[in-house]
Amino acid sequence: MSTKGKVHLPVGQEAREVKGWFGAHKYLVLRRISQTFFLFLFLMGPWFGLWWVQGNLAGSMTFGVLPLNDPMILLQGMFAGHWPETTALIGGLIVLVAYGLIGGRVYCSWVCPINPVTDTAHWLHDKLNLPKGWQPKRATRYWILGTVMAVSALTGTIAWEVINPVTMVHRGLVFGMGFVWALVIGIFFFDLLVARRGWCGHVCPVGAFYSLIGTKSLLRVSAVDRSACDDCMDCYAVCPENQVISPALKGKDGSTPLILSPDCTNCGRCIDVCAVDVFAFTHRFDTHVEAPKDAVSDTEPPNRHAA
Amino acid sequence: MPTAAKPRKVDRRRFLTDSARMAGGCAVAGTLLAYVTNDAKALPDQAIRPPGALPEDDFLAACIRCGLCVRDCPYDTLVLAELGVDGAATGTPYFTARNIPCEMCDDIPCVAACPTGALDKDLTVIDDARMGTAVLVDQENCLNFLGLRCDVCYRVCPVIDEAITLETMHNERSGHHAIFAPTVHADKCTGCGVCEKSCVLPESAIKVLPLRLARGEAAEHYRLGWEEQDAKGAPVVEGIIDLPDRLPGPGTDNLAAPGGFEPTYKLPGVSQ
Ligand code: SF4
Ligand code: SF4
Ligand code: SF4
Ligand code: SF4
Repeated sequence: MSTKGKVHLPVGQEAREVKGWFGAHKYLVLRRISQTFFLFLFLMGPWFGLWWVQGNLAGSMTFGVLPLNDPMILLQGMFAGHWPETTALIGGLIVLVAYGLIGGRVYCSWVCPINPVTDTAHWLHDKLNLPKGWQPKRATRYWILGTVMAVSALTGTIAWEVINPVTMVHRGLVFGMGFVWALVIGIFFFDLLVARRGWCGHVCPVGAFYSLIGTKSLLRVSAVDRSACDDCMDCYAVCPENQVISPALKGKDGSTPLILSPDCTNCGRCIDVCAVDVFAFTHRFDTHVEAPKDAVSDTEPPNRHAA
Repeated sequence: MPTAAKPRKVDRRRFLTDSARMAGGCAVAGTLLAYVTNDAKALPDQAIRPPGALPEDDFLAACIRCGLCVRDCPYDTLVLAELGVDGAATGTPYFTARNIPCEMCDDIPCVAACPTGALDKDLTVIDDARMGTAVLVDQENCLNFLGLRCDVCYRVCPVIDEAITLETMHNERSGHHAIFAPTVHADKCTGCGVCEKSCVLPESAIKVLPLRLARGEAAEHYRLGWEEQDAKGAPVVEGIIDLPDRLPGPGTDNLAAPGGFEPTYKLPGVSQ
């Protein structure tokens, strides 16, 4: 197993062989636990009568003292002409600051209930080897975000909430589904058949909004050990926003190894899947790069392990 | 430098066409979204918003659909509308009086729970709530209107004798009984729906309706002369000559009056 860069092993196989299954899926498992945990917090009330957390992702109250509110929904309300009460403003500010620090799209990969759906769609998409399909520009979601705000202002309502699958699914699970499951199926097949990584990667304005929140976030992934990269391209294959990797991984000497694009969801899949552990979580001021371990490898990267 | 300018020009053209395409797409998507949101504004008449809810248009700009009001309602009155099942805008709170009416809690926990002000914090006395107003919609089936003494809607009203009273009137059918007509006074009725819930008929004869359906509105310049006169303590218009009233009596052209005589004119359809 030393011909990486020439023979393509299936994505992730090398990491599995080197680090073991858990080592190669650590952040994926943690993310699923986190997603389940955040959902469970809200379900403890209706299921077991433990009302520690009330409400849903749009707005909640924890232990009767900690309000949390989705700032994107509040912003739409403001565009629609309603200035919210202090409780919601405080709740919105807490969420804003928290995601501002840990990375806006941490919401997408660690909390959002739609993420497991689109991840599953992508997993199946890979398995079935389907074509990419419609791939609109990554900027599309920002345009949609702008449109949502404009429509909120024009109609005087919180516009995105009439179709927002994120809050609808969450509310559905906690309060009652109605026909929301149809929406989930719709998104699943959209991602599977119409557009690879379509919803979370190109369309969802909630993700776009949280991206914007996290532009200056502290927590970042860094290609610390980028000189060890053997071009297996596995990180590109697993990353839901793989356009963010190149500047950090393939940057010239002296450029930052940090993945600074706010599109990165801090999901940590690149860390998992890399057999030579190029990536690591760090903070945005840590621009340290590991020195190449073996001078020869710099001149002949593809055959580094062959010797 | 024409050689350097050329790719720039292409870049700019590309940028412009891309932007135009995005803008076009967004205009279409935005119109669709606006259509759906406008559609979602239609609130079914039997869906009543919680106490203190802002007028529907403002409510949809304010309510984030968090359900905290639902959770803090001790009677499980409130529910969040489910997509495609309930007619109200998805995720917004409402109640159906005939299922569980609002019990008019003194401390109004639903309003206290609302983080956004979609339920107005200015509502501090539950009697001031105007969720709608009860209307006795079916006099033909209401037992009291049939001459019986059911009285249930009247008895259960939390604002009894103010929001709803029993007004007596002559029972034309029996000729010698009274009808105790349940009569709602919209200026006092909170729209809680307890009466609708309690009506003994299989389909309630008294229903809470949204104010826009239940009420008319007097023109702004209308004045009730008798009230103005009472307030002023004198005739509203000065110098009106008060002509003597022609009372029925001897000498009137009215056979019904004692001592009257037959009128010279003939009223159509009246046989005197
Ligand atoms: S760069 Fe890594 S952490 Fe960021 S989205 Fe891609 S796989 Fe996830
Ligand atoms: S006043 Fe009480 S019963 Fe009525 S909706 Fe509010 S919490 Fe429920
Ligand atoms: S608590 Fe307020 S914002 Fe939340 S669902 Fe109820 S009315 Fe809407
Ligand atoms: S809705 Fe019925 S019970 Fe409630 S205040 Fe009005 S008349 Fe009374």
